[in-house]
Amino acid sequence: MTTTAPSPITAAPVRGRSTFQIALRRLFRHRAAMVSLGVIVLLVLMAIFAPLLAPYDPNAQNLSGIYAPPSAQHLLGQDDLGRDLLSRVIYGSRVSLMVGFSVAVISILIGTLLGLLAGFFGGLTDSLISRFIEFMLSLPTLPLLLVISGLLVSTDAPLVVNLRSALGASSSVIIIIAIFSLLGWMGTARLVRGEVLRMKNLEYVDAARALGANNNRIMWRHLVPNLFAIIIVQATLDVGTAILGEAALSFLGFGIQPPVSTWGNMLSNAQEVVLQYPWIPLYPGLAILITVLAFNFLGDGLRDAFDPKSRL
Amino acid sequence: MGFLPRFFRRLLVPERTPGMGTYALRRLLQMVPLLLIISLVIYALTALQPGDPVDQLTFGNPLITPDDIARLKAAYGLDQPWYTRYLFWLGQALHGDLGYSQDFNIPAVQFVFQQRMPNTLLLTVPALILSTLIAVPLGIYSAVRQYSLPDYVLTFLSFVAFSAPVFWVGAMAMYFFAIYLPGVTGGLLSLPPGGLGGDLPADAGWWALALDKLKYLLLPLSILMLREIAVTTRFMRASMLEVLNQDFIRTARAKGLSGRKVLYKHALRNALVPIVTIMGLSIPGLFGGAVITETVFSWPGMGKAILDALVSKDFNVVMVSLMLLSLLTVVFQLVTDLAYAVIDPRIRYS
Repeated sequence: MTTTAPSPITAAPVRGRSTFQIALRRLFRHRAAMVSLGVIVLLVLMAIFAPLLAPYDPNAQNLSGIYAPPSAQHLLGQDDLGRDLLSRVIYGSRVSLMVGFSVAVISILIGTLLGLLAGFFGGLTDSLISRFIEFMLSLPTLPLLLVISGLLVSTDAPLVVNLRSALGASSSVIIIIAIFSLLGWMGTARLVRGEVLRMKNLEYVDAARALGANNNRIMWRHLVPNLFAIIIVQATLDVGTAILGEAALSFLGFGIQPPVSTWGNMLSNAQEVVLQYPWIPLYPGLAILITVLAFNFLGDGLRDAFDPKSRL
Repeated sequence: MGFLPRFFRRLLVPERTPGMGTYALRRLLQMVPLLLIISLVIYALTALQPGDPVDQLTFGNPLITPDDIARLKAAYGLDQPWYTRYLFWLGQALHGDLGYSQDFNIPAVQFVFQQRMPNTLLLTVPALILSTLIAVPLGIYSAVRQYSLPDYVLTFLSFVAFSAPVFWVGAMAMYFFAIYLPGVTGGLLSLPPGGLGGDLPADAGWWALALDKLKYLLLPLSILMLREIAVTTRFMRASMLEVLNQDFIRTARAKGLSGRKVLYKHALRNALVPIVTIMGLSIPGLFGGAVITETVFSWPGMGKAILDALVSKDFNVVMVSLMLLSLLTVVFQLVTDLAYAVIDPRIRYS
């Protein structure tokens, strides 16, 4: 093993730290956020390795074990068809996380694009997009979710029926993701628009323009990277919101349909059985609570980490 | 009106905000096409659902022939395409006729305003008032003692409260107060598992009626408040922290004013401005009811009415309730924007 001594002439270059490196360091010091990140990693692993972890097939019915309380064989008990609740909770993480992540990514993409265009170009573009956002915000969200998902999940229009059969058993998952994404981008759009309005008059944008950069280059190379902080915070919080939304919709019977098991539809008849079999809704609900809590804490930690004014 | 604080005086006498009249008028005019588009979207989405009231009525009834069904549909206009039906609905609605509820055989307006709205307001208005009264002091305390143990505890509890699924907390609370607690205390402490109450003998006194109502109200009200308290506390805390870091607070402190005076006279008034917005924007929600809370506790309010009407294709009830909600949302967006300008002299509309 040979060691080469550092040449005395070339001193170590002064390494500047990017906003991201600073934020990452600050995030590592944020205890709640780090615990949450750990929980999220565990949940993702649980979703990936569900077939290895689940003791039973989540859809296997066992009519002799209907509403059986927790026991050594079935740690969390069995449901109305005698299915193993532990296995269903484990498999449910797949759908909940997929819905959460997909909705966050798609709605962030739509929101960022529209917010960027509105904020950057102003004038008519801004008026049109802003009016559209106001229109979307004045629609009653929950009833609208119910109407649209009722429409897409149960309609007999040939186009939709073909679409559903093309998507297979998990068609309701994809439909729910689409609906939540299309109704969930307005917050991001407003946030991004405000931020772009503030940033587009800063000196570095003038400098880039003076150097001959065109609108496209300024938007994508200068503004978008600076939007990353707010986007990543918003996306993290959106994951939690989407998981809660899916659960609420499935609870009302308008969400993801059986046989796909989700934490939401495991709770769909919660209030009918809770008085007799309280352990049945207990664990899917806890799973939702822990997951959403983790994403909310992580989002909050990220916000603090990117905010130079906050003390960590 | 010198006896009023400036905060409220500006609300009553908005003469110092030029350009607001035209701004308000323009926004009011923009509302008309907006509401028309909303009504079209809601009508189309509802009407495109498979099944209609006649299908609901005749389903599984062997005595009704396809001819009968066709005749019934023609009588209700359900054989027409949805846009024809929408135009018809719009024409009637503009003449003040919003149709009958298919399920309840009374005018949809009467059903919504007379039978459901009072129940919903009984639930949502106290929830908003009480949770604001609780959350504002909690938020202030949390901000003033930032990074203290109580602040961390409050922050943690708020996060738990708005990360938990409402229907699950509701169901669990129902089990706890209706089954577990009575079992443990021998029936001494017990709350009903949902419903509206009121099945008392006719000669029951006013006091007994109120007490009975309160018993049924307590659980749904608490569940509804939980989330609102959490959100408002976080908001109040953030708003207060923002103000406390501003220069005029430092100036006030530097002048030698007492901490208490700076806090309540200078900081609090400014920190309350965004809370006014939050309150204004949540007023439409008061009338829309809480779909999930009302469903969990079988509370016959607006939220449950909308859900049930969607399931049973009671078009007129859907339209009346959703249009009312949209109208209130648009109006209160404007009212909030204007109130903001009135309270905060830095904002100008042109």
